Amino acid sequence: MDRYTGKSVMRGIAIGRVYLYQKVEIQVTDEKVSDVASEKERLTAAVERAKAQLTRLYDEALQNVGEDHAAIFDVHRMLLEDEDYLETAAGEIKNGYNAVYAVDQAGTQFAELFAAMDDEYMRGRAADIRDISQRVIRILLDLPEEEINSEEPVVLVAEDLTPSETVKLDKKKILGFVTVKGSANSHTAILARSMNLPALVNVNIDLSDALHGKTCVVDGFEGEFLIEPEEEILSEKVVRKNQWVADLEALEKLKGQDNVTKSGKRIDVFANIGNVADADMACAADAGGIGLFRSEFLYLGRTTFPSEEEQYTSYKAVLEKMEGKKVVIRTLDIGADKKVDYFGLEPEENPALGYRAIRICLDREEIFITQLRALYRAAAHGTLAIMFPMIISVDEVKRIRQIVEMVKEELAKEGYPVGEAEIGIMIETPAAAVISDKLAKEVDFFSIGTNDLTQYTLAVDRQNQKLEGICDTHHEALLRLIELTVKNAHEAGIWVGICGELGADTELTEWFLKIGVDELSVASSAVLKVRGAVRALP
Amino acid sequence: MRDFTYVIKDPVGLHARPAGLLVKKAGEFTSRITIESGGKSAEAKKLIMLMGLGIKQGAEVVCRIEGEDEDVAHDALVKFFEENL
Repeated sequence: MDRYTGKSVMRGIAIGRVYLYQKVEIQVTDEKVSDVASEKERLTAAVERAKAQLTRLYDEALQNVGEDHAAIFDVHRMLLEDEDYLETAAGEIKNGYNAVYAVDQAGTQFAELFAAMDDEYMRGRAADIRDISQRVIRILLDLPEEEINSEEPVVLVAEDLTPSETVKLDKKKILGFVTVKGSANSHTAILARSMNLPALVNVNIDLSDALHGKTCVVDGFEGEFLIEPEEEILSEKVVRKNQWVADLEALEKLKGQDNVTKSGKRIDVFANIGNVADADMACAADAGGIGLFRSEFLYLGRTTFPSEEEQYTSYKAVLEKMEGKKVVIRTLDIGADKKVDYFGLEPEENPALGYRAIRICLDREEIFITQLRALYRAAAHGTLAIMFPMIISVDEVKRIRQIVEMVKEELAKEGYPVGEAEIGIMIETPAAAVISDKLAKEVDFFSIGTNDLTQYTLAVDRQNQKLEGICDTHHEALLRLIELTVKNAHEAGIWVGICGELGADTELTEWFLKIGVDELSVASSAVLKVRGAVRALP
Repeated sequence: MRDFTYVIKDPVGLHARPAGLLVKKAGEFTSRITIESGGKSAEAKKLIMLMGLGIKQGAEVVCRIEGEDEDVAHDALVKFFEENL
C-alpha cells in the first residue's frame, strides 16, 4: 500500500479504481509556413469552431451544473472575441509562423499580463487565457476532446484540472478527485463541493502510468490518498464510508420537515452567515431564515468606508435570496482587534472591553447613519430585522431608537420606499442579561450571543488555549443568565433567540426547548443536525 | 465629445461577465469609447484591456465617447452601467 497526503477540499470517502487523466503533450514548434494567407484562414476557422464548442458547452453546463459554473464558458467565448488577443496571433502568422505557434504566443503573452496583476480574481483569469489557447490549438492539431473512457465510475487523478475540463467531465463516471496541484478555491474544489464528491488537492504524488486502474481510497476526512490498501485498512474505510452515506441520507430526509418535538413543541432553526454568498448555503440547508447576518465583511479588507449604495446592494441581495424569510442583520461589530486602519482606531490594551461596535456607532454617528439608511432602504425588499451588538444599558437603546426614527424620516422625505424592520439587541454582556427585564420593554426581540456572553461572564478569553479546561460552555452562571433573559423576554412579550455557537450544541437542545427559547441560529452546516435533535425529543 | 462619471456598485466590480457585456454594448456604436479608472484607461471594445483595469466595487470610472453616434451611445451606456454595474 502506498499512502499520500493532500489538502481535503471536500469530505467523504471514495473507493474505486484510479483513472489517470493525462493530457496529450501538445507540440508547439516555431516552424514557418509558406502560405500565410491560408494559415490565417486556418486560424480564423479554428477560432470560430472554438467559439461554437464553447456555446454548446455553456448550454450543456447550464442544464447540468447551473448558471454559476456554466458562466465560465461564456467568459471564454468572449475572450476569444478580444481584438488584442486575435491581432497578436494574426501578427505572428503575418511574420510567417504557423498558427499553433501564433496562438501559443498570444496565449502566453496575455496569461502573463493577468498573472502579474495584484488582484486575485484577475490572476485567476490567466488560467482562462491558457485554457482558450489550448482549445484553439487542439482544434488546429485536430486532437479529440478529452473524455473518460471507462464503463464504471472511477477516481479521477490528474496533475491539475482546468475550468473547462472540470465542467465537461461526465459526473456519473466520477467517484472523487485527486490533483497534484490546486488550492481550496480552485475549480476542482468548487466542482467537488457542488457535486458532493470527496476531493484532495496538492497531493504529494508523482503521477505515472502504473497508477492507472489500481484500487484506491480517497479519504476527504483524513486528507489521505491510498493506493492498493491492505485488507484491514480497506475494511475500515468501507465502514467509515457507509456511515458517512447513512448520515447524509438521514440529514437529507430532514429537509422540508418541521422543527418540532414528538409532543408538538416548536422552535425556529435559522442560519448564521457572514457574507452574501452564504445565504445560498443557508437556503440549501433548509434554514427557516437568517438569525445573524454579520455585516463586518462590508468593512473589512478595504481602505475606505463602504458607501450607503454598496451596503444597500448587499443587504438587498440577501433579503431577496431569502424570499420573504426573516433576515436579522447585525450592525457593525468591529473593534481595535480587527484590521481596519481607515477607521482610525487607537490601539487598545483590551479590545474586547474597548471602543467597539455600538460604542463606535453612537460616537461617530455618520458611520451608523450610513448603515441604517442602507438597511432601511433594503427593508423594502424582504423581511428585515436589525440587531445591535454590545448593548449594556437602556440609554444606549433609547439613543439608537432616536437615530433610527430620524433616519426613517429623512429617507421618507427623500422619497425612498422605506420598509419596516423589527429592532432587537444582542444579549452578550452580563449587564444586558441582568437588566434584561428593563431592556425587553425597549425592543422587539433579543438574540443571545453566547460566545461573548460566556467570555465576559466567566472572565475567560476564548482564544486562550491554557484556559480551555476552565472555559465551561455549560457553566451554571451562563445557563442562569440565559434562563433569566428568556424569562424576561417572554414577560415583556418579545421573542428571544440564540445566535452563538451554543445554539448548535445538541446536548442543550432539550433544555432550550424547556425554558422556551424561540429560535436557534446556527452555522448552515448544523441546521439539519439541530432539526434532527429537536425531532428526536419526546 | 460626451462623457460621464459612474461609481461601480457591483460587489465583484468589473469582472469578466459584465465586462464582456460592456464590450458587446460598446461594439454597437461607431464612436470611440474609453473607460478610465485609477489613472489607467482602456478602450471599451477590448475585453482583456478592460479587465486589466482591475475595477472594483466603489471605484469611480469616467466613460468618454467620441464619434458620430456619441449622443445615442452616451445614453445607452449610462443605462447599461446603471443596470449592470
